[in-house]
Amino acid sequence: MSRHEISLTVNGERYELEVEANRTLLQLLREDLELTGTKQACERGDCGLCTVLLDGVPTKSCLVLAVEVDGREVTTVEGLSRGEELTPVQRAFIEQGAVQCGFCTPAFILAGEALLKHNPRPTEEEVKEAVGGILCRCTGYRQIIDAILDASKSAKK
Amino acid sequence: MKKYSYVGKGVPRIDAFEKVTGTAQYTADLRLPGMLYTKLLKSPHAHARIIRIDTSEAEKLLGVRAILTGKEVPYKFGIYMQDKETLAQKKVHHVGEPVVAVAADTEEIAEQAVELIKVEYEELPAVFDQRDAMKEGAPLVHERLHEYKHAPFIFPKPHTNIANHFKLRKGDVERGFKEADVIVENEFYQPQVQNVQMETHTSIGQWLPNGQINIWTSAQSPFAVRHLLSVGLGVPIHKINVVVPYLGGGFGGKAGLHWEPLVVLLSRKAGGRPVRLVMTREEQFNTTAVRQGFYARVKTGVKRDGKIVAEELLFLWDAGAYADYGVNITRAAGYSCTGPYEIPNVKCDSITVYTNHPYGTAYRGFGHPEFHFATERQMDLVARAIGMDPVEFRLKNAALPGRITATGEKLREDAGRVDECIKVVVEAIGWGKKEPKQVGGKLRGKGIAALWKAPAMPSYTSSSAILKLNEDGTVTLSIGSIEMGQGTPTALAQMVAEELQMPIEKVKVVTKRETDFSPYTWQTVASRGLFMEGNATLDAVRKLKEQVRETAAELFGVPKEELVVAEEKVFVPGKPDKSMPLAKLATAGIFPDGRGIGGPVLGYGMYTAEGLTNLDPETGQGLPALMWTFGAQGAEVEVDSETGEVRVLKMVSAFDIGKSINPVLLKGQVYGGIVQGIGSALMEEFIFNEKGALLNNNLTDYKICRAQDIPDEFVFIPIENPQRNAPYGVRGVGEHVRISVEPAIANAIYDATGVDLFEIPMNRERVWRALKQRGEKVASA
Ligand code: FES
Ligand code: FES
Repeated sequence: MSRHEISLTVNGERYELEVEANRTLLQLLREDLELTGTKQACERGDCGLCTVLLDGVPTKSCLVLAVEVDGREVTTVEGLSRGEELTPVQRAFIEQGAVQCGFCTPAFILAGEALLKHNPRPTEEEVKEAVGGILCRCTGYRQIIDAILDASKSAKK
Repeated sequence: MKKYSYVGKGVPRIDAFEKVTGTAQYTADLRLPGMLYTKLLKSPHAHARIIRIDTSEAEKLLGVRAILTGKEVPYKFGIYMQDKETLAQKKVHHVGEPVVAVAADTEEIAEQAVELIKVEYEELPAVFDQRDAMKEGAPLVHERLHEYKHAPFIFPKPHTNIANHFKLRKGDVERGFKEADVIVENEFYQPQVQNVQMETHTSIGQWLPNGQINIWTSAQSPFAVRHLLSVGLGVPIHKINVVVPYLGGGFGGKAGLHWEPLVVLLSRKAGGRPVRLVMTREEQFNTTAVRQGFYARVKTGVKRDGKIVAEELLFLWDAGAYADYGVNITRAAGYSCTGPYEIPNVKCDSITVYTNHPYGTAYRGFGHPEFHFATERQMDLVARAIGMDPVEFRLKNAALPGRITATGEKLREDAGRVDECIKVVVEAIGWGKKEPKQVGGKLRGKGIAALWKAPAMPSYTSSSAILKLNEDGTVTLSIGSIEMGQGTPTALAQMVAEELQMPIEKVKVVTKRETDFSPYTWQTVASRGLFMEGNATLDAVRKLKEQVRETAAELFGVPKEELVVAEEKVFVPGKPDKSMPLAKLATAGIFPDGRGIGGPVLGYGMYTAEGLTNLDPETGQGLPALMWTFGAQGAEVEVDSETGEVRVLKMVSAFDIGKSINPVLLKGQVYGGIVQGIGSALMEEFIFNEKGALLNNNLTDYKICRAQDIPDEFVFIPIENPQRNAPYGVRGVGEHVRISVEPAIANAIYDATGVDLFEIPMNRERVWRALKQRGEKVASA
């Protein structure tokens, strides 16, 4: 297996790494950088739980090769809050009860962050569409949708 | 006036911060020094003898540390029936069953090694339908069933595929049917489905050379894991420590013992290095546990005035290759078989049948979603046969306080009210309102279904809690019950803060469970947590207060009865000089001259299920229920008659939960449960080929609900008739929210289209076919 040198920025920190050609971004994050907030639940693009922001765009990290992110910027759930200070989306997830087992939570929060960045006042349909590729077995999605809508309101204030 | 009030408030869950920041650790997030990674070689056959296994090539691969085959691990495990092999020993019982396991330095190496292993099989005739499996001469999934150890309340039939036959006999059904004016008989069918927890089964095991076994695992029942492992391996319990980090969803599928023995045995072979197994999504479907398939025949005898006089039920469960929880699901569904109605004459046979399918286990609702589909469809069909409104018919037969259940239990005055649940649901869904049936070319209809369930558990199960007073006056609660998303620890924190009248920020509930340190609880299943851990926690609070008062009484020189513990102090009301912060008593009380008395303050609380009995083996009569939670679901659907697509527009639900401890978390349970129910109503099913191989073993082909699939509107109405012996009167509801969703939708589909469905999922194809068939009948009539 050929190895490649890549450099990338993850949550604002620069890394230079040597990776094998078949290593996925998900493996790189979870195993090489030990950023385990990003979850793995299918490894074939079906569940969306491995979602991270790649140059700000929600991306399933199990479908991206590590070599493809050379020179790019990745944000994971660990890169959102500053110490105790949560983002409006994170806060809304807590207040609305959008978290149960929490396994899907990082993916939904990142998708919510990206949506509100481009569309600060989304409709319910737009929220459903933005999170439609991510699965949750616990919540029934209602409170997740409400949390993102709620964050869109509070962020404006 | 109370200063702090938490019970009944939507306080944020105590684990939320960790979960929104990605710092909450799940089993697969752990990395231990020297850890090895496991891959499995699985059976391609549903039923075959293992002739030869050749691992020689795999052994040569650099980085392979241990290879294990079934012959080397001749153990049998099982919670109610000791039938489960860690790796297939002489034969394989279903496609996907693990045959060889490899532990290696990396997953890639383990995978390569698996590819180098050769196994020779001799195929055997297989059986896939529980009805076929009961026939004379059917291939036997377990030839040695007669030798298996099992729980005393399980009744297998040696030399057949029957793992358990539960019998219920109340009154005289034959006489009942003779009295009936109308008899209605129907059959219902449901395929196997899967829990689809987002976190797949994950375990890390370590068997150290000194005999100590350490396990980190995604399990709902750490104490059951420890116990079953001890029994199966013949290792003393104190040598086993089970740690459960956060759980990424359980829904029953992670209860009991699953892959813990495998990683532990691999570790022993690898000299004590920790060994990890993370099930792939495909393995989660094929290899690990699923929900049993279900067939029911229900025969109901009714008087013209709507009183049900007799019911005969046959439940046949497709347990797959191993009995696991299936045998107890069979029993629980059997003793609850009437649903929330009083029927004077009942006969039920509920039978667990082995087949060569993946093995069945618990899935949220423990058999109740399955049989309520049959019985709540039947209620509508019987009502129609006598020309009665289905709501009126249900109310007429409702199991109200004072009425007698199928097992002969007289429902207590404080048992909860199914009639209230039905009435509020009917009201909120707009039952009987004349509304246009056709909207935009689509057909609309409404349906309702009622439900009940009690925790299914042995009669003597228990829970405990430890509450410690810390040196700064904060408190730490330890429990054995798992946080898997249901929020029990948060509700317990609310109770502790309320009882001690202190800020909830000063109450910590330990999130990790570790059997060496955590107090015992039976299991985190059966919607029993809030009731049982709640009672144990309240007992712990009482004991902690008692200890504080005893020491303070000495210090103040007053009788302890005069002392009150609240607001982080112990004091005599109205006497400011007789008051002391709790912090000052945490480790010991101190007299003015420096002498110490008392000691570290710790409340140890416990609770054991009260009043339950064994059931009579021939009649099923006895007291199986710690509490019944009653409820009702209402659905409004829209059916596209062109495509057969069903959309759920609105779901209305009511449950008599006794008391809402945390309305925000409660709503989450309700929405989540309903959406799981919609999944199995409309889309989820295992599809096998004729050789028993699962064809849809991934999340593209096995669909679960996405955000776009949820109802436009949810209405949830809590009913609060308190349960006498429960903490704050609360009843369990974690499973109930997921029961009777399917029949409510099916009844609504009939209302919309006039088509009766007897099988789920009611996917496009099935609904379209049924509509077409009816169209043909109408055309030819
Ligand atoms: S793990 Fe990437 S989509 Fe499922
Ligand atoms: S909260 Fe459990 S999967 Fe979403």
